[in-house]
Amino acid sequence: MSNDEGFFGGCATGLRCKECGHRTGLIAAYVCEYCFGPLEVEYDRELLGARVSRQRIAEGPLNLWRYRDLLPCAPDDPTIGLSAGLTPLVRAPRLAEQLGLRNVWVKNETANPTHSFKDRVVSVALQAALRLGYSTVACASTGNLANAVAAHASALGLASYVFVPSDLEEQKIIATAVFDTTLLAVDGTYDDVNRLCSELAGERPWAFVNVNVRPYYSEGSKTLAYEVAEQLGWTLPDRCIVPIASGSLYTKIHKGYAELIELGLCDGAIPALNGAQAAGCSPVATAWDEGRDFVCPTHPDTIAKSLAIGNPADGAYALDAARSTGGSITAVSDDEIIDGIRLLAHTTGIFTETAGGVTTAVLRKLAERGDIDPDERVVLYITGDGLKTLDAVSAHVSAVQIDANVASFEAATAPVRALA
Amino acid sequence: MSVTVKIPSPLRPLTAGAATVDCAPGTISELIDQLDVTYPGVRDRLCQDGQLRRFVNVFVAGEDVRFADGIATVTSDGQEVTILPAVAGG
Repeated sequence: MSNDEGFFGGCATGLRCKECGHRTGLIAAYVCEYCFGPLEVEYDRELLGARVSRQRIAEGPLNLWRYRDLLPCAPDDPTIGLSAGLTPLVRAPRLAEQLGLRNVWVKNETANPTHSFKDRVVSVALQAALRLGYSTVACASTGNLANAVAAHASALGLASYVFVPSDLEEQKIIATAVFDTTLLAVDGTYDDVNRLCSELAGERPWAFVNVNVRPYYSEGSKTLAYEVAEQLGWTLPDRCIVPIASGSLYTKIHKGYAELIELGLCDGAIPALNGAQAAGCSPVATAWDEGRDFVCPTHPDTIAKSLAIGNPADGAYALDAARSTGGSITAVSDDEIIDGIRLLAHTTGIFTETAGGVTTAVLRKLAERGDIDPDERVVLYITGDGLKTLDAVSAHVSAVQIDANVASFEAATAPVRALA
Repeated sequence: MSVTVKIPSPLRPLTAGAATVDCAPGTISELIDQLDVTYPGVRDRLCQDGQLRRFVNVFVAGEDVRFADGIATVTSDGQEVTILPAVAGG
């Protein structure tokens, strides 16, 4: 199915190959026929310029749909479904102080309906899937995406098939299986799951949100740039720390900031973008360190399972964005990841999953290296909730066991009280 | 003696809709040459300057050839070769 006039009056006009520039209509495709490069949604820039304004956005709903002109969807708001986005941008003075910085904010994506930023991309993907005529949606996932697809599909009454590696954290499995979905636990890595889904996408009439409707899906991540700017009073941060799995989030945040400037919604420069990876799966960070503009695939081995993409499709574009914004791409060890989760929890009261531990640990590393000027306005993108990766921290935290009497309490806490 | 090559949907317009094609065992480059003889234009879609295009992934028995010898990776009788575009995270 195709709609060459834009989705029912929206500003999106078609798909364009990022590598070779070949264009096609608004169809369910993610790969260029000519060079297999990634397809991206294109917009009518004049229409965007005429339509988009701070005022119009402010008058929109209190969720990501306030930015709908900039997304591949129709002008009328969805009236059912989970409400994603417009998550808190939280000032983090205690975190800043610990790191020798003065202006740090946390963009808290745990506040989304299924507690990760995936709610944004899934919202957009499912609307596109409906416009393209699909009644069944699917995905390959390391957990958060499956959770979001299962939940949103349930809310919209769509059938769904979600595919995850079978060694996924139990919390993610349960939190997904509870919805009206078919959850497939695949014996393999995420890359194996993805490969299976690519094959299935060619054979089934299903909208795989991160395969055949990926160009629409990925646009949802731009809202993470728009929101931060709006929440900062339409000003731009100096630096953003963003986790990198496939590189899609990182590159779409870059695109979002670029669009804000191009459309005159903000003045200034695109923030320096620092990408964060786990050392046990850091093909992009390795390429960065070696000064390459291409990424070599790796076999993932890290507790940060949601970032365990061995062959990141947007790796090369992430390297370009890091270079052009004056950022970098850095990796941290599994131990540093755990410390990152605890640092964030202790200083902000936000409990993030391992991916958020990676991001926080990278912020700490950059601060300690002196890569960040103390007066910079820094935004830390915390993409998912700690309740989904309890295994990672369970050995490092504990409760104090006591009997129900004062003597037992005093005996158990005496050493602590003596220090207080 | 044959190797089964699985053709991704973006390439099927060139293979007259065929989802799998049997080839004689050889290197990935040789397999692509065989495909190109029967279905002209396949090599040009998959390769540039004698190498796999950067968004083309080839798997032999489930392993990415970029972990082996790339386009020079040898395939043997009965193996399955899967060609896929680079894909995304979740």
